Amino acid sequence: MAKSIELVRQPETIFIKPSTGLAALNLRDLWTYRELIYFMIWRDIKVRYKQTMLGAAWAIIQPVLTMLVFTFIFGKVAKLPTDGIPYPIFSYTALLPWGLFTTALNTASRSLTSNQNMVTKTYFPRLVLPLASVLGGLVDFVIAFAILIVLMIYYKVTPTAAIWTLPLFLLLTVITALGVALWLSAINVQYRDVNYVLPFLTQFWLFITPVAYSAKLVSEKWSIVYSINPMAGVVNGFRWALLGTDTGPNLNMIVSICVALLFLISGLFYFRSMEKTFADTI
Amino acid sequence: MTAAIRVNRLGKRYRIGAAQTKFRYGMFRELLVDVAMTPVRLTQMLAGKGMRGSSATASIWALKDISFDVEEGKVLGIVGRNGAGKSTLLKILSRVTEPTEGTVTVRGRVGSLLEVGTGFHPELTGRENIFLNGAILGMKRAEIEKKFDEIVDFSEVSQFIDTPVKRYSSGMYLRLAFAVAAHLEPEILVVDEVLAVGDAEFQKKCLGKMGDVAQQGRTVLFVSHNMSAILRLTQEAIVLKKGQLIKRAPSQEAVDFYLSSGQAETGERVWEPDEVPASAAPFKPIALRLKDKTGKIVDTVRSVEPTTLEWEYQLDAPLTGLRVGLYLSTMRGEYIFTAFDTDDAKQYEQFGTRKAGRYVSRCTIPADFFNEGRYSLGVNASSFGVRRYFMDENALSFNVDASGAPGMQWPEPRQGPVRPRLDWKIEKID
Repeated sequence: MAKSIELVRQPETIFIKPSTGLAALNLRDLWTYRELIYFMIWRDIKVRYKQTMLGAAWAIIQPVLTMLVFTFIFGKVAKLPTDGIPYPIFSYTALLPWGLFTTALNTASRSLTSNQNMVTKTYFPRLVLPLASVLGGLVDFVIAFAILIVLMIYYKVTPTAAIWTLPLFLLLTVITALGVALWLSAINVQYRDVNYVLPFLTQFWLFITPVAYSAKLVSEKWSIVYSINPMAGVVNGFRWALLGTDTGPNLNMIVSICVALLFLISGLFYFRSMEKTFADTI
Repeated sequence: MTAAIRVNRLGKRYRIGAAQTKFRYGMFRELLVDVAMTPVRLTQMLAGKGMRGSSATASIWALKDISFDVEEGKVLGIVGRNGAGKSTLLKILSRVTEPTEGTVTVRGRVGSLLEVGTGFHPELTGRENIFLNGAILGMKRAEIEKKFDEIVDFSEVSQFIDTPVKRYSSGMYLRLAFAVAAHLEPEILVVDEVLAVGDAEFQKKCLGKMGDVAQQGRTVLFVSHNMSAILRLTQEAIVLKKGQLIKRAPSQEAVDFYLSSGQAETGERVWEPDEVPASAAPFKPIALRLKDKTGKIVDTVRSVEPTTLEWEYQLDAPLTGLRVGLYLSTMRGEYIFTAFDTDDAKQYEQFGTRKAGRYVSRCTIPADFFNEGRYSLGVNASSFGVRRYFMDENALSFNVDASGAPGMQWPEPRQGPVRPRLDWKIEKID
């Protein structure tokens, strides 16, 4: 039965020729390969904590430990103002999207080089690799989110009505991480310097994002410059939606969104235009 | 008949020296020099020259002006020595890399097997890897589920299907990997030398499976060094030489042509500078020669006389732990032996570090070694566990004339690649 269907089906015709000019994004191809995206995410999750003693608990331990360190140094020693919110929950709320961002950025930037033999031996839209890496980070995020709920119960914090906006901030995080990772992963194919740039980049980015401190410390006249960093908008949004701080999205948010989209779109085009050389230069 | 694949004036150019290898292990001085040169490189990069711009604008055409059609349901063999462009052609057809010029029109889904087990993850179980690998090869999840049992049966690893593949023996790993690939059902199947690995029994099974695929009316492109496999599976074959298509003919004719002319027939293989990848540096092969007992370069040696093999090469920098060696194999790709010039412990000590300069590594194969036939000589220069500088598994091939060898009074072919003169004693014991 299946055989006869196959015979009737008109095979598609593919033209292979040198590409010229700006490559089309060809997102339809990506859709055809959606199952591969799923399998790559699934593989990364399966493998991530294999042969570790604590397993998936690491998804919780990492942000919790960072929170404890931050609480001690910035909360107790430096006594940074937190708009009246207990420091642990103040920082943990920010560490959640921040952790997602750095994990996504790190794994996605290395996704092409760490799957080298797939790139040199099989055809598939190369976008699958960074995309799957970024989306895979969401699983850790969900696990770590459970601790936030515990913290909120403990500190008797009720989320605001704006909690429905969380997915939007999450989306902004994913877009920013993917956009930057598209650039870095494509550059990494030829210049492995990216591996050395990444730790500095994430560290620097942490300083310009109000994770450990409150965005209110940044003076008013710099706020528009500050909001060029989409992650600042994300962190402020998380605190606003969950803890009720008055750092909700304002007009500066538009700047954040535009910057994130700029990263994503330019990243997509750069990635696509470099894609054809990946198998030869990797 | 319609053409399933139509290749029109296809060409692929590679820049050589683009993938420059910078550091050799343990060369601290070079590291320092490299650091000092950083500003220069950065300026070059910013000026838009990039790493490749200054160091090597040289490029080679891995494929040039290739045109051919393959009709639907035909099995086409592709033969040619290493570097002739076979793999590049397959990579273009399977869309792994883009051509520099020319076009290909492909009717139908292409399944490519440039390697078995691509994307296999050692930590995942056999079952998990079947799904993952299937997805990478372009199978739908439902399709994999439907064929799952068949795949497991074919692989003969059903007992271990829930064990991580890192615990598999290499044979089991390979069987599983091939089993997934073999159940791919594209209209067009592109297969590289994936059968060169694995034991003889399994190779036979794979060849059988490939034969089935061809029977089902699919179009197959098949690259192999194994001439008997080419003859068995393909009706027609093309011969590539230095990126050009030099012959298309029925398989038997193409194979004969390839064996008699395609390979170096002079008894000497000389490497032109542009044939040596930049990644080989500081090792530079110059020539591989086959000499008879009088020192003359020959392409046919006598079985009853000793034969000298010598490889001349240059080192542009001193190398530690270098070993330079040979693979001898039959034309069907079966290895006869592998030997390195520093196999002897004393020799290894004496040449622990070789200074820069020109060298010859020479060895003699004793008389009464080869059976008659044609053999292939490969070369390898490496530092064990550190790096392989250069390798060409098919550098030179030669004929052996067995006249005067033991048993020649009977005009029959003798099995096996060696024909030793054994010290037979016949005793009458009663």
